[in-house]
Amino acid sequence: MQQQVSEESVLIGSDRSSKSMPLMIEAIDVSKVFGGGDSMITALDAVSIGIREGEFFTLLGPSGCGKTTLLRMIAGFEHPSSGAILLDGSDISQLPPYRRPVNTVFQSYALFPHLTVAQNIAFGLQMLDRPKAEISETVDRMLSMVKMEAMKDRLTSQISGGQQQRVALARALAPQPKVLLLDEPLSALDLKLRKEMQIELKRLQHETGITFVFVTHDQEEALTMSDRIAVMSEGHVLQVGSPHDIYERPANRFVAGFIGETNTLTAEVRSATADRVGLRLGKRLELDAELPAGMTPQETVTLVVRPEHVRLTSDTSGSSLPGSISNVVYLGTDTHYHVRLDSGDELVARVQNGSASDLQFGVGQTVDVAFAPSAVRVLRD
Amino acid sequence: MTAADPTRQIRPTYSPSPGEVASRAAEVRRNWLLSAPALTLLFLAASGPLLVVILYSVLTPGEYSGVVWELSGDAWYRVILHRDIFDDTVSLADAHLRIFWRSAKLSLLTTFVALIIGFPTAYFVATRPPQQRTLWLFLITIPFWTNLLIRTFAIMEVIRNEGIVNSTLMSLGMIETPIQLLYTDTAVLIGMVYVYLPLMVLPLYASMERLDFRLVEAAYDLYATRIQVLRRVIIPLVKPGIIAGSILVFIPSLGAYVTPRVLGGGKNMMLGNLIELQFGQGRNWPLGAALSLTLLVIVMIALMVYVRNVNRSESRG
Repeated sequence: MQQQVSEESVLIGSDRSSKSMPLMIEAIDVSKVFGGGDSMITALDAVSIGIREGEFFTLLGPSGCGKTTLLRMIAGFEHPSSGAILLDGSDISQLPPYRRPVNTVFQSYALFPHLTVAQNIAFGLQMLDRPKAEISETVDRMLSMVKMEAMKDRLTSQISGGQQQRVALARALAPQPKVLLLDEPLSALDLKLRKEMQIELKRLQHETGITFVFVTHDQEEALTMSDRIAVMSEGHVLQVGSPHDIYERPANRFVAGFIGETNTLTAEVRSATADRVGLRLGKRLELDAELPAGMTPQETVTLVVRPEHVRLTSDTSGSSLPGSISNVVYLGTDTHYHVRLDSGDELVARVQNGSASDLQFGVGQTVDVAFAPSAVRVLRD
Repeated sequence: MTAADPTRQIRPTYSPSPGEVASRAAEVRRNWLLSAPALTLLFLAASGPLLVVILYSVLTPGEYSGVVWELSGDAWYRVILHRDIFDDTVSLADAHLRIFWRSAKLSLLTTFVALIIGFPTAYFVATRPPQQRTLWLFLITIPFWTNLLIRTFAIMEVIRNEGIVNSTLMSLGMIETPIQLLYTDTAVLIGMVYVYLPLMVLPLYASMERLDFRLVEAAYDLYATRIQVLRRVIIPLVKPGIIAGSILVFIPSLGAYVTPRVLGGGKNMMLGNLIELQFGQGRNWPLGAALSLTLLVIVMIALMVYVRNVNRSESRG
C-alpha cells in the first residue's frame, strides 16, 4: 500500500513540466540498507524525490523514517545501496563530501572548538583556497548577515546555543553552496528562540536564494517554513506537496495523523462517479465529497476532518449527526470539545474562544455535529 | 537555620567568635597531623634522597667509593669540562657532551618514532566500537606484564646477526651478509620505541576518545581533504594527548639505562649508563650525583616548555 503511494509521489515530486523551476536535487530510486543478514535494516526503500532550485524543501517524518539518511546521502556521508542522486543534473552518488558543493548545518552544530567564530566561518573558504581578501570580505558579510559581528573573536564555547546556531549557519553558507542541508538544527533551542530562528532561516533562504533542504520531525516547523514538504515514514515518501496540500489534502491516514490534529470517520458510500462520491454518515448526515485521483471506492471510506472545521450546535432537534460531549480541554485561544458520536466514533471540535457565538458546552451535554462538505477529505486507506 | 540563630540576621557581615578562632586553629593542627604520614613519606622518598644527591655532588670522591666530607666543586666542573691529567690543560669534556648529545638525540628520535607509530594506533583504537576498545587497550598494555630486562633480551634475539630479522632477509635473498643492528644506536632506538610505545598510545587514546568525530564530518563537509582534516581539526584537538604522550616517552628515554646497556653494548652509552658508571667502576660518586642533577635539570626544562605550551594552547583554545 505504501509502495503504491510513494509511486504517486514520484509523479508529484519530480514532475518537471508542472513548474518551470529546474530540479536542483533529484533522488532516483534511492535505497539504503544498513548491516546484513538478520540484522539488515532498510533505512530507505526506493525513494524518488525532486527538489527544485531555490526552494525551501522539508523532509518531515518521525525518527527512524529515513529522512536523516537521505540528507546524509545528499551531503555525501552515506552512499546509496542502489539508485542515484543527481545534483544540478550530474550524478554525485559516489563523490566524497568535500567534492560536493553542498554544506550542512548539523544538529549538534559541530563548530570547531579550537577556532574562533570568524575562523569557523572562514574554514570552508580556506579549504577551497580562496584568496585571503575574499575570505575576510565574505566572513565579514556572513557575520553581519547572522548579526554576530560583535562575537567574531570569541571561541565557540563562549557563546550561547542560539549564537552557535547562527555561526553554524554562517559557516555553512559562506562557501555559497548550491544546496544547504539542515539536520534538525532548531531542536536544541528553546521555544522562543526556535520561533525566532524559523523566521531567520526563512529570511536567509530568501536573501541568498540557495536551495534549503530541511530535516525535521516537527510538523508545525515544517508547515510554517517550507515551500514544499515530503512526508516520510519507514523509508518511504508518502506525500510531497505544499504545506497547504499536505494539511488540507493528506494522501493517507498516516499523513493526516502526523500533520496536525485530525478526526477520522468511517462513511458509507451511497453513490459514486469518476471523481466524486455521495456519502452517508451516521443515520442521516449525507454529503458529497471529492474522490482522490484513481481511487475506486469500496462500500465504506475513511474521511478526515480537521477539528477547526467541526461545528457544534446545542440544538439537537432534527439532528443529523448527534453525539455527546465527553471531555472539554481549555487551551487559551481555543477550547477542544471531545465528542462521542451516537455511531460510536469519537471526534474533536476546536472552537475559538471569545468569538461572537461564544459557545459553551459541558461534559455530558448532547450536541449536533456538522461540517461543510469542502472540509472533508476522503482517504485512500 | 536563620531562625535558630538570630544573631546572624543582625550581623550581615560574618566575623568569627573567639571560640570559633580557637576551633579553627585546632582544625589546622589536626590537618597537619593527618597529613604527617604522607609528608614524612614524601620527604623520605623524594626530597630526602634528592637532598643527599645535591649534597654528594659538592663533596670529594672517596678513595675506593663513597665520599669524603670535604666541599669541592670539582664534580660540577667535570660534568662539562675536562682537565688533562698530564699537562692540566682544560678542554670540554667531549666524552660527556657526546653522551648528552646521544641521549638527547635518541630520546627525541624515540619520541618522534613512538608518535608516528602511536598516533595511528590510538586513532584505530578510538574509532573501534566502544565494547572492542577495552580489548585493544588490554592488548596494548600486555607487554607491561613482563620484566623490562626480559623484553629487552627478547628484542636482542630478534635483531642480532643470527636473529629473525637478519635470517629472514637473508633467506629471502634481500641481503648477502647480516646487517649489524645489535650494539648500534638503531638497536637502542628500536628497543626504546618498543618499551615506551604504550606510554605514547595511552594518553593519545585518552584525548582521541574524547574527540567529537562529528567535527571530522563537519570538516569533510566544508571541503577539507583527509590530510587537511588531520592537520586542521584532529591534530589541534588531540594536541594535549600528543604533548602528554611525548613527555611521558621523552623523560624516561633520557634516563634509560637497561635498554642502551643491553642493546647498545658498552660503547653506545646514554646518560643513565654514564651515571651508573660513576657510581660503579668510576668510583666517583660526586660526579655521578652531579650528572644525575644535570639530567634532572634537563627534564625540568623540558617540563617547563611543556607547561608553557599547554597554557598557551589553553588560553587560545
